[in-house]
Amino acid sequence: MNPNKGQSAIAKRIKSTVAEGKDMRPVSRIVQSTPPSGIRRFFDIVSTMEDVLSLGVGEPDFDTPWCVREACIYSLERGYTHYTSNYGMLELRRAISEHLYKREGLYYNPENQLLITVGVSEGMDLAMRAILNPEDEVIVPEPCFVSYQPCVLFAGGKPVSIPTCVENGFIVKPEDIRNAATTNTKAILLGYPANPTGAVAPREILEEIVSIAQEYDLYIVSDEIYGRLTYEGKHISIPTLPGAYERTILLDGFSKAYAMTGWRIGYAAGPTEVVEAMMKIHQYTIMCAPTMSQFAAIEAIRNANRECEEMVEQYNQRRRVIVKGLNDIGLPCLMPKGAFYVFPSIKHTGLSSDEFCEKLLFEEKVAVVPGNAFGKCGEGYIRCSYATSLDKINQALERMARFVARL
Amino acid sequence: MIDHEIIRILERDARTSPAQIAVMIGKSEEEVRKSIKHMEEAGIIRRYKAVVDWERAGVERVFAFIDVRVSPSRGVGFDDVARRIYKYPEVHSVYLVSGDYDLRVVVEGQNMREVAFFVAEKLATLDGVLSTKSSFLLKKYKDDGVTYEEPEQDDRLAVTP
Ligand SMILES: Cc1ncc(COP(=O)(O)O)c(C=O)c1O
Repeated sequence: MNPNKGQSAIAKRIKSTVAEGKDMRPVSRIVQSTPPSGIRRFFDIVSTMEDVLSLGVGEPDFDTPWCVREACIYSLERGYTHYTSNYGMLELRRAISEHLYKREGLYYNPENQLLITVGVSEGMDLAMRAILNPEDEVIVPEPCFVSYQPCVLFAGGKPVSIPTCVENGFIVKPEDIRNAATTNTKAILLGYPANPTGAVAPREILEEIVSIAQEYDLYIVSDEIYGRLTYEGKHISIPTLPGAYERTILLDGFSKAYAMTGWRIGYAAGPTEVVEAMMKIHQYTIMCAPTMSQFAAIEAIRNANRECEEMVEQYNQRRRVIVKGLNDIGLPCLMPKGAFYVFPSIKHTGLSSDEFCEKLLFEEKVAVVPGNAFGKCGEGYIRCSYATSLDKINQALERMARFVARL
Repeated sequence: MIDHEIIRILERDARTSPAQIAVMIGKSEEEVRKSIKHMEEAGIIRRYKAVVDWERAGVERVFAFIDVRVSPSRGVGFDDVARRIYKYPEVHSVYLVSGDYDLRVVVEGQNMREVAFFVAEKLATLDGVLSTKSSFLLKKYKDDGVTYEEPEQDDRLAVTP
C-alpha cells in the first residue's frame, strides 16, 4: 500500500478549511519570513502528473534490510512499546559508541555524549536551539540541504550563507569563512558529503576550517548523514580532526546508510554539556525517539553493514553511469565523491533552473530539482538523484538527451 | 581476470552490456570484455539465462524434490551416483547434502505422473540408491534470489529534499 496516496485529499480538505475560516492574527514572524521550500512547490506539480521518471528523490530506493525490519517486528511482538530513556536506549547508544570507535576511532560516552534523535532533522534543530542566543550568526556554506537555514532561523539565529562555486567543486573556501566570521558568529554548519552537490571536502580544507573555528571559538555542527556513502577514499569525520572533537556536534543517522528514512531515527554526538542541552529540549518536545525504530537501529548498526556496503557499491556504479551520461548529453557535471546526487550545470541552455526543470518535466516527464532550492548559488544547476534503479537512470538520461538536443 | 564486481553486476542482470559495465566500474570496455571472456572460459560464469515464472506464463510444470539415500561402495562414490542421476534431462539440479539423506535431486516434469514415473523407474532403481523420499513443489515463493510476488513498485514521494 502506498502511504502517500491520501495526501492530496487531505491537502484539499485543509485548504478548504483554511479558506472558510475567518482571518486570524498572522502566525509567527519568523515562520512567515521563512520562504517555503523550493522543493515543495515542485513536488506539487509533479504529484499531479503520471508516469514521471523521477531523479528528484532524496532518499534510497532500496527498502530497509529485512533483518532490521524483522528486529522491529520482533520488538513489537515482545511488547516493547513504551517510552525509553530521553537519551534513547542505552543499548543503542552503546552500539553507536562502539560503531564510532571502530570506524573512526572516536570515543563518545554512551551515558552522556550520545543522544538518539528523530533523524538528523531533529538533531539539527536541537543543535541550533541548544547553542544559539538571539542574533547569533551561523555560517552556512551553500548550496546546502534545505533545512539548515530554517533550523537556524527557527532557533532565533541568523544564517550567514557563503556561496560556493563549481570551480572549487562546491567546497567552501576557508578564507570565505574567515571573512564571514564576526564577533556574533557562534557556529559553522558543515554537511559533507553534501546534498545537493555530492561534494566531499578534502582534509586540508577541513583542517583549516577547524583552525578558524578554534581561532574564533566556534561550534562546528557537522551533518555526516552521507558519510557512509563515500566513494573515493574514506569519509573524514570532522571530530577526528585535531582540535575539532571538543567543539563539534556530530549529527548522523540511519536514513541513508541503512535505507531507513521512514523510521525517523538518528543521533547526535558531542561534548557532554552540549548533548545535555540538546537532551533538555528533546526531553520536553519529543520525549524519546520511537522505541520500535530504536530496536531497528540496534539491529542495523550491528548487523546490516554488509547490506550497507552492497547498496554503496550499487550507488557507486550508478554514479559513474549518470555522470558520464549527463556529460555526454551536454549537461556538464563534476564527479561527486559522496551522497547520491549529481549537480550538473544548465547555464548554457539559457534557461533558469526553474524553467529548465518545469520544461523537462512537462515535455519529457523527468523530474529533477532546481538547484536554487538549495541556495542562490545553486541557480543555473539542477540536482539529479541516482538513488533510483540503473534502468530508470538510463531511461531518464535518454529523455534528457532528447530534451537538451531540442533546446 | 576474475572481477567480483562484474560477476555481481551480471548476477543481478546478465544483459548489462560490457559498455555499461565499463562505465559502472570505471574500467575500459576492452578490459571488461576480456575479463568476462576469461571468466566464461574458466567456467566461472557458466551460462546466461532468464528466470521464468512458468505459472504466470500459463505453462504447467511440475517440480519435485527427491531426497536420495545412497550407499557408496568401493570405486563408486557419491560423485558417480550423482553423475548418473544428473545426466537425465529431467533432473533440474542435484546436491550432496548432510543429514538423513545424501543427495537432494530436483526433478522436473510436465505432470505428477511423469515425475513419479521417473523416480520409480529411473532413480530408485539405480545401483547404490537405497531409498528415496519425494515431495512435490506446490508453490514457489523465491527461487535463486528472485521472489515470485508482484513486481515491487516505487512508493516513494517523487520529489523530496
Ligand atoms: C544532508 C541531509 N541532512 C539531513 C537529512 C535528513 O535526514 P533524517 O532522515 O535523518 O532526518 C537529509 C535528508 O534528505 C539530508 O539530505
